[in-house]
Amino acid sequence: MKLNDLEKAMRAGELGTAAKAAIEHQIKVGEFFNAADFVPVTQAHIMADTESLGEAGVKWLESLARDQGKVRVPTITDPRGTDFAKVNVLKHAGWIVDLERRAVEAFKKLGVLMTDTCINYQTIQAPARGESVAFGDTGVVIYANSVCGARSNYEGGPSAVAAGLTGRVPRYGFHLDEHRKPTVRFAVSFRPQSLNQWGALGGLVGRLAGNYWAVPHIDGIDEAPGSDALKHFGAAMASFGSIAMYHMAGVTPEAAPCELAVSHRIGAAEVKALEAQYAVEREIDVVVFSAPQLSLYELRALAALCEGRRFVRPLLAVTSPQIKPDADRMGLTGTIEQAGGHVLAGMCFYQSYAREIAEANGWKRLATNSAKLVNILGGYGYVPLLASMERCVEAAEKGRL
Amino acid sequence: MIFTARHAIGKCVRGEALVANDGFSARYDLDRIKGVFSRPTHKLAGQSYVGRILVLDTAKGGVASSWMLHEMATRGVVPLALVLNSVNPILAQGAAFGDLTLLAGFDADITARVPNGATVEIDPAARTLRVL
Repeated sequence: MKLNDLEKAMRAGELGTAAKAAIEHQIKVGEFFNAADFVPVTQAHIMADTESLGEAGVKWLESLARDQGKVRVPTITDPRGTDFAKVNVLKHAGWIVDLERRAVEAFKKLGVLMTDTCINYQTIQAPARGESVAFGDTGVVIYANSVCGARSNYEGGPSAVAAGLTGRVPRYGFHLDEHRKPTVRFAVSFRPQSLNQWGALGGLVGRLAGNYWAVPHIDGIDEAPGSDALKHFGAAMASFGSIAMYHMAGVTPEAAPCELAVSHRIGAAEVKALEAQYAVEREIDVVVFSAPQLSLYELRALAALCEGRRFVRPLLAVTSPQIKPDADRMGLTGTIEQAGGHVLAGMCFYQSYAREIAEANGWKRLATNSAKLVNILGGYGYVPLLASMERCVEAAEKGRL
Repeated sequence: MIFTARHAIGKCVRGEALVANDGFSARYDLDRIKGVFSRPTHKLAGQSYVGRILVLDTAKGGVASSWMLHEMATRGVVPLALVLNSVNPILAQGAAFGDLTLLAGFDADITARVPNGATVEIDPAARTLRVL
């Protein structure tokens, strides 16, 4: 890779051992993908729950902090592995909380802003068209590329940390114009009516599109879906297919008339078929709204559904630390918790030791309106069930879908 | 048989291939404590991945694998190498961070060309996989 003077100085250790380790890691990745050089980024976003890091990853962060590493651009965090205020609800063991605290301390020493959110495009700062960023959550990346017109690859935790420390990323993938053009065309004849249906549709597109380098062009969505719908749509597409960008006319800034032939047609029957794969049980143990974290508007809708109910099963609603104080102040949290639910902040269910939570609480059959969540949780031993927010709330009240 | 990849990283390894035409994500697909594929719908469900060369179709899922490959390596509950038809940045970043051998990008479907259980040798410098 071609390095400028600053990058050469980093590599030589003139800006400290943390920056040296960071850029050497990035050069390895860049050379793997034949990157010609680096591109400066305006911000970085780090996925770093400690179930993923383990003790080894936390020690690595602590070593960077000991080496007096400091981020060079605004660098923020994806959800943590717990909500420190709700440890007893989750029944997280002490070692989990201790490991999380160590990670938080190391991040703070590096100058990282502990935003703990996977919806930073709704709560912190959405990137602008053409802005190069280093985002570390698949749902965030696909939203940034497809809705904002910004430019990011999937930057996994170590690489996002490195991007924060160096202020740049290797120039490959979605930083290059040639990878941002549609590669596969979908004709959609179904208009989702709920967030779970938007997620199911996104999941289908992701499953069919193939792999990270596929860029679906989606025809048939005539009205702007709105931010929460696109959040679930993109997050599910990224989860089911590892997709980082799609084109949708009227939504994607770079969308243009598509010259590709239609490869896949998706209608109501295909969406129902996917939903049916996650409707294998009626009895439920827990209801979870998470993945991605809920916006203020989703919490508003959920609170309206909780009004006057009394739950017989746990209901967890997970949001960001930026939204939680507003939800508290506006009475949404109180309404949900009066019904027996819990509003948690700064975590995401699947990133919070999902296997340990299941064992500690006896949870197996989990109802949610998140297509992303049902796609993930099978591997953690859950029987995940996909339904609308309305049906999930009813299930918390009745114990069954 | 020798197959050449477009992308490679890591050190030379030799071992038993575990092959399936399915995806790979450390978070979605693995029980990383027991060292087995745990996603019920995965074609390798229930099988141990520890010390084996995984030959799979493509990277799936989220970003956690970049941390998890490193964490798994420190406990010795890790594949010997990953071989994929196509790769996303996460597995490349995870391989770079976790010092894991990774080969990706073939002209043919590599999962159809490498017999399950075969002994294979990977040379990242030459970007080759050889079936012994």
